[in-house]
Amino acid sequence: MKFTTTLLASSAIVGAGTLALADAHGNMANEMTIVSWGGAYQNSQLKAYVEPYLEMHPEVSVIWDESSNEAVAKLRAMNEAGNITWDLVDVVAADAIRLCDEGLAMEYDPEELLAKGDDGSSAEDDFGDLIVSDCYIPQIVYSTTFGYRTDMVPDGVDAPDDICDVFDLETYPGKRALEKRPINNMEWALLCDGVAKDEVYDVLATPEGQEKALAKLDTIKDSVIWWSAGADTPQLLADGEVFMGSTYNGRLYSVIEEQDQPVGMMWDAQVFDLDGWIIPAGLEDAKLARVKDFIMFATDTKRLADQANYISYGPARQSSAPLVPEDMKQHMPTDPANAENTFLYNYAFWADYRDDIDAKFQSWLAQ
Amino acid sequence: MSDVNNSTTALEAERAEKEYSGPMLAADGTPLKRSLNKALRRQKLSALLLIAPLLIFVMVTFIAPIADMLFRSVENQIVSDTLPRTTTALEDWDAESGEIPQASVYKALYQDIFIAQERKLHTRLGSRLNYELTGASSLFRKSGRGVDDIGEVYQDQFENLNAFWKSGENWNEVLGSDAWLSDIKGWKENSGTPQPEFEMRDGIAEIFPQTASYYTIFADFVQNEDEDNLYEEDPWSLIYSVFYDDLTGDTASSIANYSGPGAAEIAEAAAAASSFETVEYKTAFAEIDKDWVATPIWETIRAYSPDFTNGYFLNSVDMQKSADGPEFRPENQRIYGTLFLRTLFMSMCITLSCILLGYPIGWILANLPARTANLLMILVLLPFWTSLLVRTSAWKVMLQQQGVVNDTLVWLGVVADDSRLALINNQTGTIIAMTHILLPFMILPLYSVMKTVPPSYLRAAKSLGATNWTAFWRVYFPQSVPGIGAGSILVFILSIGYYITPEIVGGTTGTFISNRIAYHISSSLNWGLAAALGAILLAVVLGLYYAYDKIVGIDNVKLGG
Repeated sequence: MKFTTTLLASSAIVGAGTLALADAHGNMANEMTIVSWGGAYQNSQLKAYVEPYLEMHPEVSVIWDESSNEAVAKLRAMNEAGNITWDLVDVVAADAIRLCDEGLAMEYDPEELLAKGDDGSSAEDDFGDLIVSDCYIPQIVYSTTFGYRTDMVPDGVDAPDDICDVFDLETYPGKRALEKRPINNMEWALLCDGVAKDEVYDVLATPEGQEKALAKLDTIKDSVIWWSAGADTPQLLADGEVFMGSTYNGRLYSVIEEQDQPVGMMWDAQVFDLDGWIIPAGLEDAKLARVKDFIMFATDTKRLADQANYISYGPARQSSAPLVPEDMKQHMPTDPANAENTFLYNYAFWADYRDDIDAKFQSWLAQ
Repeated sequence: MSDVNNSTTALEAERAEKEYSGPMLAADGTPLKRSLNKALRRQKLSALLLIAPLLIFVMVTFIAPIADMLFRSVENQIVSDTLPRTTTALEDWDAESGEIPQASVYKALYQDIFIAQERKLHTRLGSRLNYELTGASSLFRKSGRGVDDIGEVYQDQFENLNAFWKSGENWNEVLGSDAWLSDIKGWKENSGTPQPEFEMRDGIAEIFPQTASYYTIFADFVQNEDEDNLYEEDPWSLIYSVFYDDLTGDTASSIANYSGPGAAEIAEAAAAASSFETVEYKTAFAEIDKDWVATPIWETIRAYSPDFTNGYFLNSVDMQKSADGPEFRPENQRIYGTLFLRTLFMSMCITLSCILLGYPIGWILANLPARTANLLMILVLLPFWTSLLVRTSAWKVMLQQQGVVNDTLVWLGVVADDSRLALINNQTGTIIAMTHILLPFMILPLYSVMKTVPPSYLRAAKSLGATNWTAFWRVYFPQSVPGIGAGSILVFILSIGYYITPEIVGGTTGTFISNRIAYHISSSLNWGLAAALGAILLAVVLGLYYAYDKIVGIDNVKLGG
């Protein structure tokens, strides 16, 4: 029964899809408002697929809005005002899940909206588990990991290569930069407090586990500078304000490769997260048709692989991986040498525990 | 003679007028007072008309959004709107008993969640309840997926019994009125005309009350929200479960009287229904998640079922609802009290340091020759023309441990290299950066007030024998107090609501309550809590303003002139 319902539902969606497409060719909006993060990341999107798309469709114009970090709140406000001015929004996975929960993002069918992989695999298989929500179209895998000042490593000591070195103030004295939120920090603290990796979330779900994690963080609290913007840690590292700090791997890549700072990567226990598109719910037909046409192009195997030329984030499609340039591979969080010990952001856990643990974390911070 | 007569009448008239004790009359005979009032009213009205565009603009763009935002701090319709049947059924449940609710509640929950998940509202409710109870978010998401299976138990049995029940067309033939059926069959989906609104066949509601009421909800959803053709739409599995209830329930005896379309199939189904496999809703929900058969989720739903709640306000003073009324949160979750006090304390520090720095500058500006004063004034205003973020980031470079200030101090030998001062990412950083940013708001009113104090007063005081200090303290200072008052109010109120600067330079100990408000608005999406925190902040500011008025007097505030 379940199977027939799904079959019926998907054929209905496909039917609607072909209808929309037929309608689309005659009637596609020529203006598209894309929301992204600005900076190097937005630039990689521009170079890898927006510019090529505009070359194919000179009649289309794209308006950028650099509001991704407050996209959830803004979309909710737009929805309440009944006036959605965005056509395509780039968000991290946790935000996509929330937007989907709130009914602010459109659910889609991967087989209809996304191109098949170059290797012939279906879109659903190609993206695999990375489609973490029915509304989410992943583009890249990035990771939150540590960078450290190579010139601040004490003499006679190896460079830090273990997550627990962050908590070891004796061997590695100096300030740390950590994000001003519980996510990731709590997991790392538990890992270094002797909790096995596959039990971290079970432990963190209990009040005792949360206490334990905070107690571990307490041991380095006085040496931590808490950041809230992704650019903070690179700046702190470049100025020598901190010895090591967590941030997005792409930011560290630009500190090391582009700005030539004495900074090294420590990939141990890096936390994978995703970045991708959502389509706001309730778009007009013409706008939706344009967005669908763009998405089909912008998330295909070649385009996602191209993006890796401009930023060190891994493409979300498996079929794109072989196309990533060799010299870029070593900087990818997904490169086997870097991905020996990794975490995948546990969306389900944090959707539930975020409010509770955040209250405790903030209260602990304020003490 | 006639002259004499005339003068007497004139005299009499004068006397009469003197004796007339009624109201004074205007030229047209109406009482003067009334006619004056009338003229004044007309003037007021035309004045009001003149400012009407501005007034309406302020109301629409300023007062209304604030009122709407503040209203969110108590509004809580989402629970009773999404789970109307469950909250009604829960009223009979004795929360203190420690038992889980009765079976009827679970059935109501099934029906509510089924409809909510079709309309994609269940996850929204889940995020709302997750603010109160950890885990509610995934509980509702999971249940939304699970409810389909519950109704399918009945759906499968009906469909196995007779394929008649599979098709939406048959359901519409049975339940829809003849007039509607002929309308909908004649309707073309892309014709542009609206879909004929579903109409129930006469008599159905009496024999199948529940089926009728849920089918109406289904029809409304398909026609108005999904905008699909109802005639071709297969019913929700929920419809099968309530149809089963009707076939086996109180009105089952009247089914025999039914003679409309599908009577044979209905009779067949009615006969078979008694032997159908039934669903135990409680067990079904326990299978979806064991949290449904524990009391916390039910206590939460019940506590938040009224349309208005004080929960957000309790939360913003570090309290929470519990079975025995409001109580303080555990020590390790309290934060807002600290933040409110810290915000007030630091705003006062910032105001004080602005007075200390701004007063001499105001004095110099007011006493220098105009040309030099103007140049200095440009320096005061310059920061106004620079982006706030640039100024704040500049402080980062200045104050950090490897920054300009520390480097200079180390170079001068004031501090040792290994004990550099922590000037940023703490309260010091916030106070320094915000004093700098808000200083012009103190200097400008001070300057404009000091400008009006004639220099001859000071000279007069000195020529009468006062020392410099006495002349300043007894003569000059009292006249500059209105400027201090105006500047302090501006700086204090501005700083109490600042959040960008504390976020960047404040670290953990230098952040304000506004940072939490911003977090709840843009990250956690808990707008109710943000609104409650904002309402408290607004009340505190108004309270302080009132106190200021009582102690200093608001008439004593001068922005200039």
